Amino acid sequence: MKKLSLPGLLVLVVRRDLVLAMRRRADVLTTLIFFVMVVSLFPLGVGPEMDMLRKMASGVLWVAALLSSMLSLGRLFSADYLDGTLEQMMLAPQSLSMLVLGKMVAHWMVSGLPLVLMAPVLGVQFDMSANALGVLILSLLLGTPILSMVGAIGAALTLGLRGGGVLLSLLVLPLCIPVLIFGTGAVEAISAGLTVVPHMSLLGALLLLALVFTPWVTAQALRISME
Amino acid sequence: MQVEGENGSGKTSLLRTLCGLMMPADGKIFWRGEDIKEADEEYYSEMIYLGHLNAIKDELSALENLCISAGVDGLEVDERQALQVLRRLGLKGREALPVKVLSQGQRRRVALSRLLVSDAALWILDEPLAALDVRAVDLMQELIAEHLEKNGMVIFTTHQPLLVPGVELRRLSLS
Amino acid sequence: MAINWFKYSAPTTFYGLAGKLIPWFAIPAVILCGISLYIGFAVAPVDAQQGEFYRIIFIHVPASILSMFLYMIMAGYAALGLIFNTRLSSMMASAMAPTGALFAFISLWTGALWGKPMWGAWWVWDARLTSELILLFLYLGFIALHASIDDPRRADRASALLAIVGSVNVPIIYFSVKWWNTLHQGSTIKFSGTSMHIAMQQAMFTMLAACWMYAIVMTLMRVRSIILERERHTKWVTELPEVQQ
Repeated sequence: MKKLSLPGLLVLVVRRDLVLAMRRRADVLTTLIFFVMVVSLFPLGVGPEMDMLRKMASGVLWVAALLSSMLSLGRLFSADYLDGTLEQMMLAPQSLSMLVLGKMVAHWMVSGLPLVLMAPVLGVQFDMSANALGVLILSLLLGTPILSMVGAIGAALTLGLRGGGVLLSLLVLPLCIPVLIFGTGAVEAISAGLTVVPHMSLLGALLLLALVFTPWVTAQALRISME
Repeated sequence: MQVEGENGSGKTSLLRTLCGLMMPADGKIFWRGEDIKEADEEYYSEMIYLGHLNAIKDELSALENLCISAGVDGLEVDERQALQVLRRLGLKGREALPVKVLSQGQRRRVALSRLLVSDAALWILDEPLAALDVRAVDLMQELIAEHLEKNGMVIFTTHQPLLVPGVELRRLSLS
Repeated sequence: MAINWFKYSAPTTFYGLAGKLIPWFAIPAVILCGISLYIGFAVAPVDAQQGEFYRIIFIHVPASILSMFLYMIMAGYAALGLIFNTRLSSMMASAMAPTGALFAFISLWTGALWGKPMWGAWWVWDARLTSELILLFLYLGFIALHASIDDPRRADRASALLAIVGSVNVPIIYFSVKWWNTLHQGSTIKFSGTSMHIAMQQAMFTMLAACWMYAIVMTLMRVRSIILERERHTKWVTELPEVQQ
């Protein structure tokens, strides 16, 4: 019998979660619809003046992305927890961190990537310039994986708790503030005619940090929660 | 070894502790002379656990479930081999159906199929016979006998009598 | 000496020790607070720029300092509990959290009171104020997570992990908020520029000492009740005179 390599395992877990998500498409769509709705509600709340909307756009899109990623985080581990597959993952001879990383990647592809792809359409509603839109997409592309990864820690800690969803947001949202700041900062910088390099580098640095540490921390959190 | 005891006597807790899912309140668990906390990678590649929960995904087919759970265990299973195993467990013709349409007993069989593709020496089975019919129980006895012949070990709990031909089971009673 | 320390790391012995220590911190806390109030209101002169309003810093600054230090100490205790599995450290961490949150809240409240006459607004999105608000959120997250897990062992370990992640994040958050702030506002009113009268310093430092004492007293009192609650089924608790009554 052949042993599965570590990258092979990663691919397997990502594929598994993607197939599962595709067979439960409604969940993916609700997150996306929530995102579109929250963004569309802002102009109704603050008025249709284009100047103000253009200024607000990046912040509104980023906050909406933050909120909708919170919405889908609750499901990251709970389904596997309930049917016993999570237990089996903890008993796997491979590193739990790798399995967790696979689940994070799949979660981002299912709940983060659609938001990034949807963002240009919503940005046009707010009359964003092409430059600003490009930077916004790039910042979301770098930032939303961090939300999935940091959020996974919260999801693991609140596994199986009553009222887990609200609690999860309470724990994770403060930790995501830097991502929000650098993400929106980049768009503002390009609108003001400044360079976006520092913002993007900082986002990239945060992404790398998250990539290195969050799978391990999440694995520890899962061990604490499953005991 | 068969673990016996009334409901609530701690059978499941004992098995979960043996797996390392629960921390023992006192003492240590050794596998081949090493604490399982330290030698977890070796231990987990030689151990397979089947709990109360089937650990299968409703949305996936029996075949997908088997391939993925074997993958999580670190094994690459090709389709032909997987189909063979599922057929042996009496799931012929149902390999490609999502398991949510299968009956309880059939789902248990899908869960049991993991045992047949793994090369683990130690099987830890919590109520393996739950929801199985007479024929499946016979099959289970056969599987355990085969596993023991290969110098394997099985620790299980059950409320039904399980007779393995030619082998004297050790019994542990919890009370 | 080492053996003595281990002896007091057991909840059983620490319960008694904490009980004996409390008055030694409580009385100085009251006295120092009284001295500070006297210096602060009677001795310290009126500030040339800020008039009487500046006097709120005598509580504002110590509260802010304490809120930040307590979070770090709490995370430290939590980490000890997580790594070495010492129950008392985890209990200390959860006993500190409410006091830390209280100081963060006082700091925000007094900051707002000071901001209204000085900046003309109750709330200004100043970098320090915003970081303090986020710190309060982190405290609340810790308390909420601990409260919503029934099993005390899991509660201790899960919230410890959260506190550690939070403390790693605090510098990143502070830095990002500061950066965000300079991006938006031309300049914030700098307070450090004005030279402080010696009496002002005295009032502030005595209050700081009083706050430290208060924090220690509250933590010890709370840890005593946590010990009682967790060990309520053990023999030594049922034999305590205060329990038998």
